[in-house]
Amino acid sequence: MSDTEMADIETVPVKRPTRWHIAVFLAPAFLVYTAVMILPLIETLRLSLFNMVEGQLAFVGFRNFQTLFGDPRLSADFWNALRNNVIFFIIHMLVQNPVGIAIAAMLSLPGLRFAAFYRSAIFVPTLLSFVIVGFIWKLILSPIWGIAPSLMDLVGLKWAFAPWLGKAETALIAVSLISVWQYVGIPMMLIYAALLNIPDEVLEAAECDGITGWSQFWKIKLPLILPSIGIVSVLTFVGNFNAFDLIYTVQGALAGPNGSTDILGTLLYRTFFGFQNQMGDRSMGATIAAVMFLIILAGVALYLFVIQRRMRRYQF
Amino acid sequence: MSKARSAPVRAAFIHLALIAYTLVALFPVFLTLVNSFKSRSAIFSQPMALPTPSTFSLIGYQTVLNQGNFIGYFQNSLIVTVVSIALVLLFGAMAAFALSEYRFRGNTLMGLYLALGIMIPIRLGTVAILQGMVAAGLVNTLTSLILVYTAQGLPLAIFILSEFMRTVSDDLKSAGRIDGLSEYAIFFRLVLPLVRPAMATVAVFTMIPIWNDLWFPLILAPGEATKTVTLGAQMFIGQFVTNWNAVLSALSLAILPVMVLYVIFSRQLIRGITSGAVK
Repeated sequence: MSDTEMADIETVPVKRPTRWHIAVFLAPAFLVYTAVMILPLIETLRLSLFNMVEGQLAFVGFRNFQTLFGDPRLSADFWNALRNNVIFFIIHMLVQNPVGIAIAAMLSLPGLRFAAFYRSAIFVPTLLSFVIVGFIWKLILSPIWGIAPSLMDLVGLKWAFAPWLGKAETALIAVSLISVWQYVGIPMMLIYAALLNIPDEVLEAAECDGITGWSQFWKIKLPLILPSIGIVSVLTFVGNFNAFDLIYTVQGALAGPNGSTDILGTLLYRTFFGFQNQMGDRSMGATIAAVMFLIILAGVALYLFVIQRRMRRYQF
Repeated sequence: MSKARSAPVRAAFIHLALIAYTLVALFPVFLTLVNSFKSRSAIFSQPMALPTPSTFSLIGYQTVLNQGNFIGYFQNSLIVTVVSIALVLLFGAMAAFALSEYRFRGNTLMGLYLALGIMIPIRLGTVAILQGMVAAGLVNTLTSLILVYTAQGLPLAIFILSEFMRTVSDDLKSAGRIDGLSEYAIFFRLVLPLVRPAMATVAVFTMIPIWNDLWFPLILAPGEATKTVTLGAQMFIGQFVTNWNAVLSALSLAILPVMVLYVIFSRQLIRGITSGAVK
């Protein structure tokens, strides 16, 4: 750090008046980012306070939000999508992250053979697009092709097969598990990195005290990787409350059957663009986007100000 | 110790678990690739079997190549991805250099401002982005996608690159300054070559979500001339949903480029994610 200062002091007097190069270096990124990302976000939030009144766009305060939360037609869709989205997130937290942590814990054991191969192979689904993942699973779970029933027959579970994606009670769970299958790679990689970062001395000290295997994982490693689990959780949260592509691919924009897989992303798409006999509505679209923004902001803020702060003491 | 006795058993269980999960991860991909080379009847009668001379068929690929405009879609995806990555790397590296190299008023604030986008998804601004693109006459152009993806990729790129740029030796830069190099020359000739590994990591990170994105192509550029592979495959499969040969072949074609890139860059990607973890 002090070297940088010295370098600055040495060179700066010549160009002190205005260091234009700083502005030149920052300008392109700043302009594109501001114009395409920040301003539209602000504009979307602003639009959520406006609506068409007698053919003209007028300021309506929080009336759009009132409509969204209370109007009999729209609010049913909204609460349904929000509830589904929460379930979608909970399934990810309960399945994706524990499985990812378990795989990472196994991969990071010293002297494990083929670790690089397992790691690369398990990460493959994460690289595929939702379109590919969605259709592959649609085909596999399809009763017409019969891959899933015949596989389940191998382990004597054929009776348990049902067209899960087509039934309202199971479709959301099925879609969530497809998404989990795709994204296990991310917690796996991040936790794996965190586990490798634990200093050898800590583990050696634990082994000297006779703490090995399972108890070493629970008592030593898990507390040390909590910060990474926190990051993984917040990434999952943001990703889930912003999800759209997989549901759109597997179940279409109507997020069927009967809206049972509708989440905020698909609701935003339908509301904003309209679908079939429903007209697109820019203001309500902006309102839903604003609600999503607030949900994500609340999650990220909770992480940054509450969870991360408590965890810092575990870091080295 | 007891550890020595149970070690082989434990190792066997761990391998078993990992092999099982690897199968779960790869099986669907394998199934798609294998069946895309089979005739329609074989797809249904022996879905798990490898294609044999009697069941081998390229009918699916023929349908895809004749009916769909996949080569055009590939071109679009390639242009959008490559140009966006190039802009993200150039603009991101420049901003990261300014933030990590110079002390100026508002440095921290600027850093925080540019980092906002790591957590807040650009998708939430879609309503206004579409409005803006309509106003600028950019709807159904690849430019609109490139702009959006550049903005989307910049925050993480700046964050990662500025971490790396802090590790570039100050002596080197000072030596450059004494030799009379301008700040631009120091950036382009001294610093950029040194952070090349980090640039590769950022490129891979940036590439995956761009190549796979469905939302923005669907909204900003759904026209036939500007469809990307992801959108093209989505629409094509929607139309040919009962033609299983064509669907499986289209899926395989969409998987192919990602897998090729993964094989080439997997070390780079994994090193990037687990950076600093190399003991």
